[in-house]
Amino acid sequence: MTTAASRPAVRGPGMRRGVGGGLLALARAVGFVGPLLAGAALLAAVAGPPALTALGLGRLIGNLVSHGIGTGNDTPRDLLAALIGVGCCRFVLPAALLAIRRLAMLTRHLSARWCGVPVASAYAPRPAGPGRLGYQQRMSWLLGDEGTWRDLAWLAVNAAAGPVLLLVPATLAGTGVVAFLIPALGSLAPFSGLQRLVPPPPFPGNTPLVLAIIGLAFAALGLWSGPWLLRGYGGLARLVLAPSGQAELELRVRHLAQTRRETLDTGAAELRRIERDLHDGAQARLVAMGLTLDAAGRLIDTDPAAARALLIEARDASAKALAELRDLVRGIHPPVLADRGLADALRALALDSPLRVRVTGSLDGRPPAPVESAAYFAVSELLANVAKHAGAHAAEVDMRHSSGNLRISVSDDGAGGADPRRGTGLRGVERRLAAFDGVLAVSSPAGGPTVVTMEVPCALS
Amino acid sequence: MRVVIAEDLFLLRDGLIRLLEAYGFEVAAAVAGGADFIAAVRAGRPDVAVVDVRLPPTFTDEGLRAALDARREVPGLPVLVLSQYVEQLYARELLADGAGAVGYLLKDRVLDGDQFTDAVRRVAGGGTVMDPEVIARLLARNAAAQSPLSRLSPREREVLGLMAEGRSNAAIAARLVVTERAVAKHTAAIFAKLDLQPSDDDNRRVLAVLAYLGR
Repeated sequence: MTTAASRPAVRGPGMRRGVGGGLLALARAVGFVGPLLAGAALLAAVAGPPALTALGLGRLIGNLVSHGIGTGNDTPRDLLAALIGVGCCRFVLPAALLAIRRLAMLTRHLSARWCGVPVASAYAPRPAGPGRLGYQQRMSWLLGDEGTWRDLAWLAVNAAAGPVLLLVPATLAGTGVVAFLIPALGSLAPFSGLQRLVPPPPFPGNTPLVLAIIGLAFAALGLWSGPWLLRGYGGLARLVLAPSGQAELELRVRHLAQTRRETLDTGAAELRRIERDLHDGAQARLVAMGLTLDAAGRLIDTDPAAARALLIEARDASAKALAELRDLVRGIHPPVLADRGLADALRALALDSPLRVRVTGSLDGRPPAPVESAAYFAVSELLANVAKHAGAHAAEVDMRHSSGNLRISVSDDGAGGADPRRGTGLRGVERRLAAFDGVLAVSSPAGGPTVVTMEVPCALS
Repeated sequence: MRVVIAEDLFLLRDGLIRLLEAYGFEVAAAVAGGADFIAAVRAGRPDVAVVDVRLPPTFTDEGLRAALDARREVPGLPVLVLSQYVEQLYARELLADGAGAVGYLLKDRVLDGDQFTDAVRRVAGGGTVMDPEVIARLLARNAAAQSPLSRLSPREREVLGLMAEGRSNAAIAARLVVTERAVAKHTAAIFAKLDLQPSDDDNRRVLAVLAYLGR
């Protein structure tokens, strides 16, 4: 299958030439040995329990079949092995699988940083629902995910091929250095012991000069091949770890289904709110106004003064109804947004904020109306959050559009420490943006400043 | 006093004509669109124009832009802009040339004929009339603890609000049921506390206050 992820690696900016680049590659290759060893241990932790269970049960059943119940001497031992295996499956397996996932993510990260080979990832999201997942849910989530099996395959491939790719250059270079140094050092008195420890290789003409030349050649070969083999290692990681096109599509479909459901839910809730507001507000006031006018009509001949008072009352009620409708419309679609577009609407928002809000940046056109609206309400929510929680005096809204992305950031000089998982406000903004494949990033160290950045892919018109 | 009206909704346009005529204005023209409005201003040379923000063909801020265009063409043309919503952004744009003779009111204010026609007259006379809702939001924005506004007494804040709406000392005195001398004392105190240059010219005073609040 040809996917973006499995395209052959091309030489990228990550690769440096020369002795420095070679040494760097050697160091990085050796750095990869850590995850490799951890992976091998985890692979054992994952493969061990099922193997132990199978072994114990197999022997028990084998005994039963050939000798009958209670005859085999090894029965208690086999039973114990099976039980330990089952226990490990129950308690160790999920944690080990998750640890493997983290290790795979680390490998992807390092592959991009060190080898210049970015490796995509696509895991099924954790099943929604409050609280901890049960064992069954957890295992079906993990084992039903193609990504988990890719991780496991990578651990196996890495354990087999990794040492060769990672250590061959270092070994070459190391051998070269030894061959170069030993004779040279041997001529110095304090290091003469070394020559006995590492005797010169027994071949004809092994003079220090020849050894030095051979050493240099080995070291050069190691340094030269280091970057290439490191890149090859990254390519191998990509081959095994990058998700298939099918897996990526499945995830995409799942994401779309979820955001569509949330969008529909939000829309329905919004309509219910509008209906309720109209029913309890403007509609009720209009009914009351009708009644008042009716009463005024009946009184106008007999008691003109009372009729006049009722008419004034009706006028005030109409003003209140207008005010309520105005607020309602502002909440549905702000007039400035319709009139002037996002940039001016954000400026108007800044003017209405109790904080000093500076608006910077500009847009050379208008995003599609739904994106404009989502971005507007997102900024509105963020500014309201800043005014309510941050203890800030000033805020800044910056907007720009580049390479197909609308990017708006809201920063404040408040106390920081905003957590998107705690507040429903930020989560709501995130959900609203997700409908447009938009994302929200929050940076809020304790002590501030807080910067919330949203990015929505869209074209300007 | 000759008025040009630009309002696209027939019922409202009709209502405005009747209201203004009932108060002794002469309606020189009543049009439904921005382009017609500028033509009517050119032809009619009115004393004051009353314009709805939202007009065809775009039904966005066509009326506001037409009003600003008309003022560029006829400098100092008194314009009262009506809108279903007030936006500080639009208020700023109307005030930007600093010439005064502008008004910006919610359409609801038409419901009170006395006050509305008073506003039209004040704009025609070169005054500045801002909707109380604009002022309320400007004041709310300046309500932060460290703002010099917090040094004002509640009464002074009330006077400041009325002043920003564009009312003269006499009108403020009538509204608050105090003497004009008392209002003059309050305004002097306000100007001193906010570090503003005092001015005898009502309109310049309003613009200074609005500029201060809108910083």
